[in-house]
Amino acid sequence: MGLDTAWARAWVSRSAEVVSEHKTELITLDREIGDGDHGENLDRGFTAVLAKLDDLPAEARPGDVLKLVATTLISTVGGASGPLYGTAYLKGAQAVADADSLDADAVVAFLTAARDGVVLRGKAEVGDKTMIDAWTPAVDAASAAAQSGAGGAEVLSVAAEAAERGAETTDALVARKGRASYLGERAIGHRDPGAVSTALLLRAAADTASAS
Amino acid sequence: MTVGLVIVSHSAKIAEGIVELAAQMAQDVRLIAAGGTDDGRIGTSFDRVSAAIAEADDGGGVVVLCDLGSAVLTAETALDFLDDAQRDRVRIADAPIVEGSVAAAVSAATGDDLEAVLAAALSAAAQASGGSPAEGAAASASEGPAGDHGAVSATATLRNRSGLHARPAAEFVKLASTFSASVTVNEVDAKSLLRIMSLGLPQGSEVRIKADGEDADTAVRALVELVESGFGEE
Repeated sequence: MGLDTAWARAWVSRSAEVVSEHKTELITLDREIGDGDHGENLDRGFTAVLAKLDDLPAEARPGDVLKLVATTLISTVGGASGPLYGTAYLKGAQAVADADSLDADAVVAFLTAARDGVVLRGKAEVGDKTMIDAWTPAVDAASAAAQSGAGGAEVLSVAAEAAERGAETTDALVARKGRASYLGERAIGHRDPGAVSTALLLRAAADTASAS
Repeated sequence: MTVGLVIVSHSAKIAEGIVELAAQMAQDVRLIAAGGTDDGRIGTSFDRVSAAIAEADDGGGVVVLCDLGSAVLTAETALDFLDDAQRDRVRIADAPIVEGSVAAAVSAATGDDLEAVLAAALSAAAQASGGSPAEGAAASASEGPAGDHGAVSATATLRNRSGLHARPAAEFVKLASTFSASVTVNEVDAKSLLRIMSLGLPQGSEVRIKADGEDADTAVRALVELVESGFGEE
């Protein structure tokens, strides 16, 4: 069965659930070092995606689902995460093109393009205390796993784990991008909300992949 | 065709306020506010910014000015979705949003092209960060060799109530910009609105207008006349 459109739809539904479940946590993290709107913005974005999911034609491919996520997040989120995640999903969708399902290489291509999209938009590097601190380890781990012969679901699982560890590393960092950068050393000890939400979304991708 | 401006702020009030402020000095420029989210919260809206760019563009191009970080991200994303021809005539100015918008609006009102309007916005950035390219230019103009034509200067008294500020300052800059000669007012570049406004010259002040170049004589005479006319104010 593999990572087909049914998986992509399931991933979106699970993402909406996870973001909603963690909304308060994300708001709290963002309030500590940002403007406090990350949880609410993402929740609004994924709720809007969910509402549009049923309008997709039956023959939609995974790339069409990802593109819907992209355009909806861009126009509904409002904060920085809208353009950042929107660009990630958009570039990721372009990378998988019109494939009917994603194999391990396609998953790596998706993650790499998504990460590159975030870098293009936000100009952040690893160590800047941003979502890139979750994305880049995820891409690296996914790429290594695919090279050693892992399947698509396993690649996503490895990526999610790396993103979670990456998010944890942001605790010790001083922020160099976004609103948190105004705080200087006071940001140390706080986890970056964007890195946390990236890990949540990739975990949702892995969980729905292993269930499909 | 003229250059239009789009003001992107997290706050609808800030964007509208800047449009109001800049419009005072540049009535005929398309100044479009794109502040806040679609449902009136603090944030930026991709749809609002995209619509504002379309509204501001009559083919002459658009300069976009943004406030905090994600306003820039939203504007860049909006640019990504334009077709190539349209994207080619949109510029995001990395400039302080208030000063940059005012400087760009005045530049657009004088009929400057896209790159010149962008440069006007960016010159506001240089001034805000303490650099003063205009001052350097003015100093070299007054100290340098007089050239073939020689410098011409005259003084005039500001009779109008608001002095050389806001709309009168903009009118002064617009007129000064029509001459090829380099022009200074009290030693600052007379073609830079922000430099002139930073002089803070009130009613009753004496201004020393100096010009150097081919049409220096005409320039000084016209500018003195404008100042003495009181800019149509009380």
